[in-house]
Amino acid sequence: MNRAGERLYNGIVKENPTFVLMLGMCPTLAVTAYAVNGLGMGLATTVVLALSNLIISLLRGVIPNRIRIPAFIVIIASFVTVIQLLLQAYLPSLNKALGVYIPLIVVNCIILGRAESYAYGNPPVPSLFDGLGMGLGFTAALTCIGAVREILAQGSLFGYDIMPEGYITINIFGVAPGAFFVLAALTALQNYVRIVGKRKGREYRKLQSGCSEDCMNCSDTGCARRFYDNGSGQTAGSDGTALSVTDLDEEDR
Amino acid sequence: MDELYKVSSNPHIRSRVSTGGIMLTVIIALLPAAGFGIFHFGIRAGAVILVTVASTVLTEALFGLYKKKLTVTDLSAVVTGLLLALNLPVGIPLWMAALGGVFSILVVKMLFGGLGQNFMNPALAARCFLLISFPVQMTDFSYDACTGATPLAALKAGEDVNVLDMITGQTMGTIGETSMIALLAGACLLLLFGVIDLRIPGSYLVTFLLFAGIFGGHGFSPAYLSAQLAGGGLMLGAFFMATDYVTRPITVKGQYLYGIFLGLMTGIFRIFGPGAEGVSYAIILGNLLVPLIERVTLPKPFGYRKGGAA
Repeated sequence: MNRAGERLYNGIVKENPTFVLMLGMCPTLAVTAYAVNGLGMGLATTVVLALSNLIISLLRGVIPNRIRIPAFIVIIASFVTVIQLLLQAYLPSLNKALGVYIPLIVVNCIILGRAESYAYGNPPVPSLFDGLGMGLGFTAALTCIGAVREILAQGSLFGYDIMPEGYITINIFGVAPGAFFVLAALTALQNYVRIVGKRKGREYRKLQSGCSEDCMNCSDTGCARRFYDNGSGQTAGSDGTALSVTDLDEEDR
Repeated sequence: MDELYKVSSNPHIRSRVSTGGIMLTVIIALLPAAGFGIFHFGIRAGAVILVTVASTVLTEALFGLYKKKLTVTDLSAVVTGLLLALNLPVGIPLWMAALGGVFSILVVKMLFGGLGQNFMNPALAARCFLLISFPVQMTDFSYDACTGATPLAALKAGEDVNVLDMITGQTMGTIGETSMIALLAGACLLLLFGVIDLRIPGSYLVTFLLFAGIFGGHGFSPAYLSAQLAGGGLMLGAFFMATDYVTRPITVKGQYLYGIFLGLMTGIFRIFGPGAEGVSYAIILGNLLVPLIERVTLPKPFGYRKGGAA
């Protein structure tokens, strides 16, 4: 189960989908005005991500290459529908607050990205934990952003007033521009920690799935394709070697 | 003269005009408006100006120390601080004024690479930041127990306004925007010294007047148009902020286009928008379009033919 722990750590810290991979920006910016909304959105995404990763990994021998994207979407959409019905039944207020962003989880690029780059080429258990790790990383990031925005714009946290009497709220953090400011500031903080760590000699290799390069400074496109020959379960980068690139089309021929 | 002959790559013609010199001229040109603000609104206006300028200068200095590249001596931070202060109401809490100063320099200017790299006018971006963040404090123009609507708000509500008072500045408003005379005196100075030219302010004001005349509902009545012209931040914006070197287009055609766009947007915001004022938002919106405007108005090089070398 060491592999599972490594996947969790990778999703939450090393490849945090929001702060490192910069994926899923739309819900990140749209639903984080309150900490509880960020938490709810994150957890809903986590459930979909973990389960769809598991199912896609189990079906990876059955799904043909050429129609894999529609197949992924069908699987993901099924889970999103389940989640939405559950939210409508048991958490109607959260469902109302998140609005259209719950159905939009279907097209969340984190989920499709993990399906493409990990679950489709790896065994079920690591895939499940990869989804869990990524989802929890997303949840942590959204809750952080939501907490900062809620404190600044409402003077409260998870609905409880925490600021002293006479605190003047800064309304801009309740609307979209404030989300950009908070996201940028938290990302900068995270990069600062990484740079300081690097200077002290600690190596933070950011990307393990696909390549060992820093995503932000990478000019390569289509890196999701690199996992097709990786069914053996070898994780790229963990032993310091880059993965060999296999062109899909050639494989098909 | 000897030191002018250098063996070097271009540019070969050097000007003695420096950033600091231009900024100093702008500061001097803003002094009449600032002085009138202190005279009209009292000593607290001076305190707001002082706090804002101190916060911008300090932010730039600290950032310069951190980056080991001290740029505070070019006085641009003073101009930003002064412009921001002139755009604030006199009763604003001082910490808000300081926060605006820090935001303008740190977020809008330095994080994008410092002077010359900012894509938006720092003072106006900070004003809009404060306006969205603290709508109550930013629109409370009462001073010395005088309360009332700003002339533009009164005009929008259909009341009569005293245009003479608006031109001399005996009205409600932000610290620097009330006196048209003081602002025009500063603008004349800038025009005389060649710091700005009339392309942007001229096309801006003419477009706005045409728009207000056609859509304002009062026709081209001189009283209405002069009240629109003298009211709010139009003069301050047109002469001091739309002409900011960094955030205006470089091409001549582009500058006219930019002025026309600002005039249209200000007219739309003032006449059809929910608020009475729209100069700030019009100018920062225009700032965002500058790269596009420059792209479509790029002059054709001499002898250039489409599809390859001549």
